[in-house]
Amino acid sequence: MKIDLSKTKEILERYKGKKGALIPLLQNVQATYGYVPGEAVDIIAKELSIYPVTIYGVLTFYTQFCLTPRGKHIIKVCQGTACHVMGGKDILDYLSEELGIKDGETTKDGVFSLERAACLGCCGMAPVITIDDEFHGWLTITKIGEVLNRYKRQALEAGEAK
Amino acid sequence: MSDKITKILICMGTSGISAGAEKVAENFKKEISGRKLSDKFEVVRVGDRGLFRDVLVDFVSDSGRITYEYVKPENVAKIAESHLAKGEPFKDLLAGEDYKKFFEGQTRIVLSNCGEIDPENIEDYINAGGYASLDKIFAATPKEIIKEVKDSGLKGRGGAGFLTGLKWEFCHNASGGEKYMVCNADEGDPGAFMDRSVLEGDPHSVIEGMIIAGYAIGAENGYIYCRAEYPLAIKRLNTAMAQAREKGFLGKNISGSKFSFDITIKEGAGAFVCGEETALLASIEGRRGMPVPRPPFPAQKGLWGKPTTINNVETLANLSQIIVKGAAWYSAIGCEGSAGTKVFALAGKIKNTGLVEVPMGTTIRELLFGPGGGMLNRMLKFKGVQLGGPSGGCLPESLLDTPIDYDSITKTGAIMGSGGMVVMDARTCMVDVAKFFINFTVAESCGKCVPCRVGLKRMLEVMESITEGKGKEEDLDFLRELGSSIKDTALCGLGNTAPNPVLTTIRYFLDEYLSHINEKKCPAVVCTDLIKFEVVNDKCVKCGKCFKACPVDAIEWKKKEFAKIDKDKCTKCKSCINVCDFMAIR
Repeated sequence: MKIDLSKTKEILERYKGKKGALIPLLQNVQATYGYVPGEAVDIIAKELSIYPVTIYGVLTFYTQFCLTPRGKHIIKVCQGTACHVMGGKDILDYLSEELGIKDGETTKDGVFSLERAACLGCCGMAPVITIDDEFHGWLTITKIGEVLNRYKRQALEAGEAK
Repeated sequence: MSDKITKILICMGTSGISAGAEKVAENFKKEISGRKLSDKFEVVRVGDRGLFRDVLVDFVSDSGRITYEYVKPENVAKIAESHLAKGEPFKDLLAGEDYKKFFEGQTRIVLSNCGEIDPENIEDYINAGGYASLDKIFAATPKEIIKEVKDSGLKGRGGAGFLTGLKWEFCHNASGGEKYMVCNADEGDPGAFMDRSVLEGDPHSVIEGMIIAGYAIGAENGYIYCRAEYPLAIKRLNTAMAQAREKGFLGKNISGSKFSFDITIKEGAGAFVCGEETALLASIEGRRGMPVPRPPFPAQKGLWGKPTTINNVETLANLSQIIVKGAAWYSAIGCEGSAGTKVFALAGKIKNTGLVEVPMGTTIRELLFGPGGGMLNRMLKFKGVQLGGPSGGCLPESLLDTPIDYDSITKTGAIMGSGGMVVMDARTCMVDVAKFFINFTVAESCGKCVPCRVGLKRMLEVMESITEGKGKEEDLDFLRELGSSIKDTALCGLGNTAPNPVLTTIRYFLDEYLSHINEKKCPAVVCTDLIKFEVVNDKCVKCGKCFKACPVDAIEWKKKEFAKIDKDKCTKCKSCINVCDFMAIR
């Protein structure tokens, strides 16, 4: 797939000359493409006169950044303390088995990505997951099954999944 | 606005929104306009009040306050029919005893505005006494402000508990021209969510606190380093900052004074270690968030090499009231050595999960069995409470009467931390919990120093072998020895405290470790490798709950008969174990 790199240049323009701009810049790139493409890294490195390895150092340090395209729906499973005590690990295992992917991976049809989150800060409704920006709390395996099926149906209807 | 208007407060925290608060607010608005009652009722979207009772709705008028809990969008019509039309409260959804118990016994300073005002409306904040401290600080010298905060006894609420006023003094006295004021809103401790609620429910209090701190240390630039996982908090902060600029509370010559100050938001990118001061500063500068040895402390050499003060959200939210009401007022709250209040995040196996603010010196028992409402499942006994996140420790029942103050908590081997309290019952395995924390810190270790990078990994391997039933008794000595040397030698706070969960659980829950090691049994039925997935007929009450919970139909059950698990079909998902109140599955 061809990447429209003019957007990266636009973003670079916005942060030109600003102190400590690398992380917000990369966040912006990720928000634009859904991930940080290698081609964008090369341009940024050249423009900012830093080595690409410095940028990759930052990208791989922070869990937020992703170097490969992600799925249409991003499922984040909270693995904080409260969620763990309330069975968050079982939820992650279940989703992993249902989707056939490990955390950090994307389904073959590109519909779901599964990620673990250190803590989503909603400990009062543990165990919690988010699908895109929507929070689902007080989950059980049965409940999460229903939510997942709803998304799967939508994807089927939209012709994204088989 | 007429005083006769009844305000309908809708709790719009993250939990409220996920339970449909937006729709509840909309439905109320429709009911009000449909009934032509716009001159009598007004809908106000407020932040999280701290109790997860989705959705909380209050009717506030001169004659008092009526609270509804568990309001769903479809219930609004019924409440409207009775309360809006006839002025009679709708009895079915009135907040019950637990709600009252939760709020009784709290002293709310930091949370005083949360759930009471519209966080996106600066007028609401000003009407509640907001920004009143500014006139007072500009009439005083920075030194006088520092003295006032020192006298108040306020200590940093982020974990370390260092005197805030003293921290400011170091920065104030440091030479080096430009200075920076940084707010640490990188609330990474799993199990703590007070900063999120304050930012979402009362962002102006944090901004006001930053102005006070900036004035005291002599900084014109401030940064708020906030987790990207908190999009709503970031949105509300941005709104609040724009409003504050418009009112002249931020920017050049604040409120006509000679002092100028403005704030930039930096979004974190997901790294627990960035809660550590020096790592946080590296991240703001756009680098990998790795700590550096101190000294030099940020107060001397911080952001871009300039003197910098870093305060936590909760610390900053205290400041405006300390300035307005005075140091003596604040230091009178709390106990010897620990002034004021502390916000705790109650979560886990407890009835009332949410945020509780109590004076320092309250005992853990008073907190958990007062506002906390006791155990979630009355059939299962209290086992332990985890304090202070991955850096803290697990305390047993015998220590429940420990007063919550910095010194007493530290003596137990745990730490106050940011105030997360995760409650555990008979069905929580303490070995598994300790393994969980080590797993967490291994993943979050930045990898710079050897004790943390390698040592924690070795500890994790041993913990894994114990939970898989391959442990030996000598392992415990190894864990104790390695744990204490990591504590002594790691570079930063993350590594220095990471072994705490293992060390405290070995100290207080040794019998559980021994069951795993010697009998190859997990008494709490959590460690999958040690579970046989069999029904113990002596304990089974034939209720069929497990049968209904099984997602793969692996359980056979008929009324008045024992349940039986078909091991060929069982996927070991533990749904059955989680619903069994009698722990009849082993």
